[in-house]
Amino acid sequence: MATMKFLCDTKRCIECNGCVTACKNENDSALEWGIQRRRVVTINDGQRGEASISVACMHCSDAPCMAVCPANCFYRTDDGIVLHNKDTCIGCGYCLYACPFGAPQFPKKGAFGSRGKMDKCTFCAGGPEENHSDAERQKYGSNRIAEGKLPMCAELCATKALLAGDAEIVSSIFRERVAYRGAKDAAWN
Amino acid sequence: MKLTRKSNAAPVAGKPALGISRRQFMKHAGIATGGIAAASLMGTGMMRRVEAKEVPHDAPIEVKRTICSACAVGCGLYAEVQNGVWTGQEPAFDHPFNAGGHCAKGAALREHGHGEKRLKYPMKLVDGKWKKLSWEDAINEVGDQMLSIRKESGPDSVYFMGSAKFSNEGCYMYRKLAAMWGTNNVDHSARICHSTTVAGVANTWGYGAQTNSFNDIQNANAIFLIGANPAEAHPVAMQHILIAKERKHAKIIVVDPRFSRTAAHSDLHCAIRPGTDIPFIYGMLWHIFENGWEDKTFIKQRVFEMESIRAEVKKFPPKEVENITGVSEVDVYQAAKLMADNRPGTVIWCMGGTQHHVGNANTRAYCILQLALGNMGVSGGGTNIFRGHDNVQGATDLGLLFDNLPGYYGLTTGAWAHWTHVWDLDMAWVKNRFDQTPYLGKDPMTTPGIPCSRWHDGVLEEKSKLAQKDNIRMAFFWGQSVNTETRQRDVRDALDKMDTVVVVDPFPTMAGVMHRRKNGVYLLPAATQFETEGSVSNSGRSIQWREKVIEPLFESKTDLEIMYRLAQKLGIDEQYTKRIAKENGLLVIEDITREINRGMWTIGMTGQSPERIKLHTQNWGTFSNKTLEAAGGPAKGETYGLPWPCWGTPEAKHPGTQILYNQSKHVKDGGGNFRARYGVEYNGQSILADGTYSKGAEIQDGYPEFTADMLKQLGWWNDLTAEEKAEAEGKNWKTDLSGGIVRVAIKHGCIPFGNAKARCIVWTFPDQVPIHREPLYTPRRDLVTKYPTYADMQVHRLPTLYKSIQDQDFSGKYPLALTSGRLVEYEGGGEESRSNPWLAELQQEMFVEMNPADAADRGIRNGENVWLEGAEGGRIKVQALVTPRVKPGVTFMPYHFAGVMHGESLAPNYPEGTVPYVIGESCNTAMTYGYDPVTQMQETKASLCQIVKA
Repeated sequence: MATMKFLCDTKRCIECNGCVTACKNENDSALEWGIQRRRVVTINDGQRGEASISVACMHCSDAPCMAVCPANCFYRTDDGIVLHNKDTCIGCGYCLYACPFGAPQFPKKGAFGSRGKMDKCTFCAGGPEENHSDAERQKYGSNRIAEGKLPMCAELCATKALLAGDAEIVSSIFRERVAYRGAKDAAWN
Repeated sequence: MKLTRKSNAAPVAGKPALGISRRQFMKHAGIATGGIAAASLMGTGMMRRVEAKEVPHDAPIEVKRTICSACAVGCGLYAEVQNGVWTGQEPAFDHPFNAGGHCAKGAALREHGHGEKRLKYPMKLVDGKWKKLSWEDAINEVGDQMLSIRKESGPDSVYFMGSAKFSNEGCYMYRKLAAMWGTNNVDHSARICHSTTVAGVANTWGYGAQTNSFNDIQNANAIFLIGANPAEAHPVAMQHILIAKERKHAKIIVVDPRFSRTAAHSDLHCAIRPGTDIPFIYGMLWHIFENGWEDKTFIKQRVFEMESIRAEVKKFPPKEVENITGVSEVDVYQAAKLMADNRPGTVIWCMGGTQHHVGNANTRAYCILQLALGNMGVSGGGTNIFRGHDNVQGATDLGLLFDNLPGYYGLTTGAWAHWTHVWDLDMAWVKNRFDQTPYLGKDPMTTPGIPCSRWHDGVLEEKSKLAQKDNIRMAFFWGQSVNTETRQRDVRDALDKMDTVVVVDPFPTMAGVMHRRKNGVYLLPAATQFETEGSVSNSGRSIQWREKVIEPLFESKTDLEIMYRLAQKLGIDEQYTKRIAKENGLLVIEDITREINRGMWTIGMTGQSPERIKLHTQNWGTFSNKTLEAAGGPAKGETYGLPWPCWGTPEAKHPGTQILYNQSKHVKDGGGNFRARYGVEYNGQSILADGTYSKGAEIQDGYPEFTADMLKQLGWWNDLTAEEKAEAEGKNWKTDLSGGIVRVAIKHGCIPFGNAKARCIVWTFPDQVPIHREPLYTPRRDLVTKYPTYADMQVHRLPTLYKSIQDQDFSGKYPLALTSGRLVEYEGGGEESRSNPWLAELQQEMFVEMNPADAADRGIRNGENVWLEGAEGGRIKVQALVTPRVKPGVTFMPYHFAGVMHGESLAPNYPEGTVPYVIGESCNTAMTYGYDPVTQMQETKASLCQIVKA
């Protein structure tokens, strides 16, 4: 059984936003203007030390969103992917308080930004509806995991900075890079 | 190792950056710019596209191999089509260039299958209203207008603006259409892209193209980027650059006025003042010569007149370089030492180097640096010149230029004779299509036309000053965004003044909407490259075959069909398509590729038959991501995409040439040496190579280019077959259509184009060696006397100003240096990418980057609206992005925006439902005059401006 994880290699991320549009492309049916399940965060922008990292739901093993959700709408798949049920979500936004990565997104539609159902990265694994059903596509987007594929963002990453998959494989790829680079240039410096 | 959350580990969060990042900045920018509202708009009465969500998940999937249409890296992808709808995009992990990777544009490519904002059917402007038109009427009316202008003003009054988005076949047929119409007034965006590279580099060592490949950068020990920002402009190239950094510990040096996203990954960043590339390179060469780091053997054997450079470099000691460029002696020394200590190193440049009024000299200076270091013709070295559009290399190769026929044959009578021979036509007929009268002493058929950068001067300039019969009165804007041209106010006036404006494009583009006309504008919807098929050349000269993904959306037609219909209307279709078969009323595209093969001897674009190109594309997984070579499979031993020169006929099975001028290989395996293009001697000195030659050459020294007579002198004439002899007699390697001369030269291990030295001086150019000249609009008036620009001069058909501009001091009123460049989300004029919601969402506001010091001086805070006024008075209203990315005194704007002018929205001018998701001021409204004297490249990288709070 796999444990699915993301890893963004800051030494390779160039902030090209390929991961962001890849997500839009793949999950188009569920996403509206203004919702970005994934985004690239840059520190020290425009000066020495500038570094970028692509962030979305990290599919935590002990997920704070899941711990705090009053409607109990989260669940974890056998592969360690954290998903939620939009039918039971009450749009309270408590998960946004809890999440260390700011992953939960809320629709921006409406005059006063009324909150609506939470949306977040599904690791391209759809949701609680039947695999590849219209309901799943409309509410959660694609389900690549069910097709034996990995999340689109990582698959299309321009420089292979963003890695996704079984934690063991992800870490072995990263470990090899670090071995070439040496400890000084491993990740952040 | 399992990644588990540690209990007390803080989430990743650096200290807040000084300034503010572009993303944060954009987050605050108004989302209401048109997003939500526009996203749901659907033109009334339109035929509706079929949406992916309406296709059942289990509908059968057809997989097409296609190539991204953004930049010239040439990334491959798998497009999934169900029920005729482009429903999926899957990574091509087995593609040798990108290994499945894409930037924001490539990852959003499938949106091309939606095309919400596209033109839906032909339209014309009637009394200020867009009116629908049938294709038949559109072609008839446009054709009639052409013919009537031809009658009154001659063929040169119709302008053919073409595109780097055409397939190779499209480029070739467009150039041919202009030729058979009888004009050289044909050009495309390479003019304002790498024209100075093509001229400067070809005049240094033979070919004006990227010498190595993206993949070969993995072999570099040093990577020197000047005026290039691949992290935004060519993101997938960074894959190879970062692999070199990781695996080989390659040193990365970035020379750029901004601390770019590429600089963020560098070992050394040198922020030169815009327009001081030559002093910077000479500053490096000063240290290289001073310390004896130059490659003396290489220079002696393969370089002509490095002495002239040494003399010029002496004028640039460290203090002087620091004074001009603003980069410290320590950093310039460090740049030189990193390059000297880490060979082979590669030099990469883009628009930051080329778009200057001294652009050709800049590119020659970069080449000279590589020649001094001996980095040419080797793996990991070379000049990796990244082209901008997906097929700008092909468009340039195929002569979609104002001064060339396909294959860089030029416009001489000999060149016309060659192509007429290729076309199987009578020279007299072709000649008669042209205006026969010379103007200002120049013959229209053999004189370069009016460049893409200045077509508006061709409209507005006094008739008597033009070297042609009349002004331009009608123009096609076929896949070209006019907002990428400087002096937008003049562009608008020119659009207003012409009799007729014809836009052929998937989108309305600025030519269709920025004018103040009420009549006489036609919008013809062209299909995208995903709605047709054809070959495309990437920056590294590799050719791939795009399969058609979907049928043309709406009423769009392919470029080739529109061209063919026009030719029919003009009554030249018989000659135009003489050697090309037709099926169902359309041209057979493979026949066009074959005709290209038949004529393109100069660059060896002769061996890439449609069958061979398709074989490569269909088997791209058999080619190595490291070497680009196929270890096995149907193309075993060949290089991916058969990069030219791919010598001889397709049957000769040449594997392609990945690295130009590489003497360590036999020519039959892709070897080479510098080209003998400029004769055999200059001022009594031989310019042929000295005791050096490519592997296996039977002439073990320099030699001139091959001709029939030379074969006879060498005693190799009888190696030709009887048929080859009949064709080759009196010809040379470039004009012998039998390919016999090329075949025999290669048989003896010799390069058909000869074996010469690269030259550091170009005696036919205004500056024999690269000379520093201050920008026309310079903030450093104190340097103008010492480093003045040129005197005003006539270049081909147009008068061109230099001194009369530089003589005026604008630096008081406009104290800030102004430069421009790319954003990763958008491409070119941006009409297409700003119409893609997945991209538009990420960049919603036009902005100017300015340093916190300059902002503070002006009381401007980050995110505020400002008025920016260019040195010629063009004013634009944009947002201020206050950032240390630019130094004090320097400002930067992206060039992809348009749709707002002088603060006024142009949205009402668009046909209903075609306004892009994001519009903004074009930076070129503020950009100013300045043109390279050799190529008419425009100056977009060094101007002046003032900024005030709005």
